[in-house]
Amino acid sequence: MKKKLLSRLGQSLIALLGVALLLFLMLRVVPGNPAAVMMGEHGDNAAIARMTAELGLDQPILTQFFRYIGDCFTGNFGTSYSLSKPVAELMGGAFLNTLWLALAAALFAWILGIACGVIAAVRKNGILDHLFMGVSLMGVSIPVFLTAMILQYFIAFRLHWLPIAGMDGWKSFILPAIALGWNSAGSVARLVRSTLLDILQEDYIDTARAKGRSQLGVLVFHALRNAMLPVVTMMALQLSGLLSGAVITETMFSINGIGRLAVQAISGRDIPLLQGTVLFSTAVVILGNLGADLLYTVLDPRIRKGGGPQ
Amino acid sequence: MKNRQKELAELHQRRLEDGNGPVSAFRADLFRMFRKNRAAALSVLVILLLILAAVFAPVLTPYSYDDMDLGNRLSPPSAAHLLGTDEGGRDILTRLLYGARISLLIGVVPTVVSILIGAALGTIAGWRGGITDTVIMRLADIVLAFPSMLLAMVIMFTLGDGLVNVFLTLALLNWAAVARVVRAETLRLKNTEYIEAARAIGVSGPVMLLRHILPNCLPTLIVLFTLNVPAAILTESSLSFLGMGIQPPSASWGLMVNAGKNYLYSAPWICAAPGLIIMVAVLAFNFLGDGLRDALDPHQKNR
Repeated sequence: MKKKLLSRLGQSLIALLGVALLLFLMLRVVPGNPAAVMMGEHGDNAAIARMTAELGLDQPILTQFFRYIGDCFTGNFGTSYSLSKPVAELMGGAFLNTLWLALAAALFAWILGIACGVIAAVRKNGILDHLFMGVSLMGVSIPVFLTAMILQYFIAFRLHWLPIAGMDGWKSFILPAIALGWNSAGSVARLVRSTLLDILQEDYIDTARAKGRSQLGVLVFHALRNAMLPVVTMMALQLSGLLSGAVITETMFSINGIGRLAVQAISGRDIPLLQGTVLFSTAVVILGNLGADLLYTVLDPRIRKGGGPQ
Repeated sequence: MKNRQKELAELHQRRLEDGNGPVSAFRADLFRMFRKNRAAALSVLVILLLILAAVFAPVLTPYSYDDMDLGNRLSPPSAAHLLGTDEGGRDILTRLLYGARISLLIGVVPTVVSILIGAALGTIAGWRGGITDTVIMRLADIVLAFPSMLLAMVIMFTLGDGLVNVFLTLALLNWAAVARVVRAETLRLKNTEYIEAARAIGVSGPVMLLRHILPNCLPTLIVLFTLNVPAAILTESSLSFLGMGIQPPSASWGLMVNAGKNYLYSAPWICAAPGLIIMVAVLAFNFLGDGLRDALDPHQKNR
């Protein structure tokens, strides 16, 4: 058990190092000397050469890479070219906004998804089942920017219920959370439905019914409890996905999060900022996946006790 | 021992005479699915219509996709312009039809490429095992660890704009998931009797992979293809929406939404039409992919 855990941890670390190296190499292929970009139009050749040496850009690429990794561990992600601030400082502020957005979106998605999934499973092949499953597939298929535009146009622009964009208190997080959570709600609903349908066919459900438990009691205490295992794992994966995948939503609703920072980095050709935001987001995903694995281990007694389904 | 080998050789011979066992079973499943699953059948119809629209775009509309008519900017839907005009006075329906060409190409070309790469690497990793397996799968892990939108943005940033680079980006993004699935399938097949049979009569590695492993992965690959096409269309539309994909005056659906987003409140029809078409196309492919998966997964058959 402990060995498994350690090897899983090692895998995550290797993946993270691999991600960092791949990212580093990709961004070094970009044409143009970063020092020249940084100096702008004012830089003469001598100044650019001095800056190149100062940034260590004249050293072998692997030396540069290991220095970058070492710096990252001490919380130094370099300085943004376009915003002239430490990348770590920019990301720190942005991450909080992204975190709030992701949590709100996840809450929306899980409540809606679980409710619809349970109802669809109980009323299998009924009207509500077909309706919810149709809508949930639509939820998975609709591009985030379209959901965002529909919400902005009708709820904010036509009805004036909520702000169109910006970061003005908790109200301005409602529409982005719905836009971002919509897709996840669809997949949670589908997973809850299919897991629940599997479980409702198990013998112990019949046993519970035979013992005289009410329909609702069987559903909540026997079926749903066991169905939550894969669902909770998926939810943990989704949270890390939401934390890293809010690029479009943040851009559309002008929320100063990590995703928007990455978009700004690209339009400003700001390599340190881009490298920092992408590395940070990927680290969040890797940690999230690790967390989901651990959660699964803790929640499933078969794995926790070491046996596990073979 | 001798008997066992003979038995296996016979099994192998029988399989060869049967022709493509899994493929004909697949065909039967497919037929059954279309009879039972109306959503999937309807999706095929929608996809065919989109393909026809893309092919016959010049015949279907009197306008050209980059005809500017500046006296007629941002006009709402009318008899002359069924879906209205955009900020350059271009006919939106026309651009939608031409956009189908690029958007469908973007759905299909990189998906085919990524499936070819993924299937090749996946079978090799699963078949060879050992260090080859480790190297390929760790690389796949790394690619899969990235949030896909951010990785797409970084690759586009590195390669620069343009259609071919969008193809490349999407292919580089999607091969890893394919490789993982195909590897698992190869590992499963490796232990089946008929592969043992083929090995017993001395079938060589490459022939084994091409004639015996890959054809059996075909149903899985078809499902992956149907589900990856809409994912590619969505990623491209998101990239174009951020201004990092196809460049004007070409028309892709995502690019049209991007152009219209500044006029969302004064001329919402610019975004609405391409946005809805993206959804319809993605939905059709997803319904079809779901139907195919259900038809091919015996576990789901009776549901």
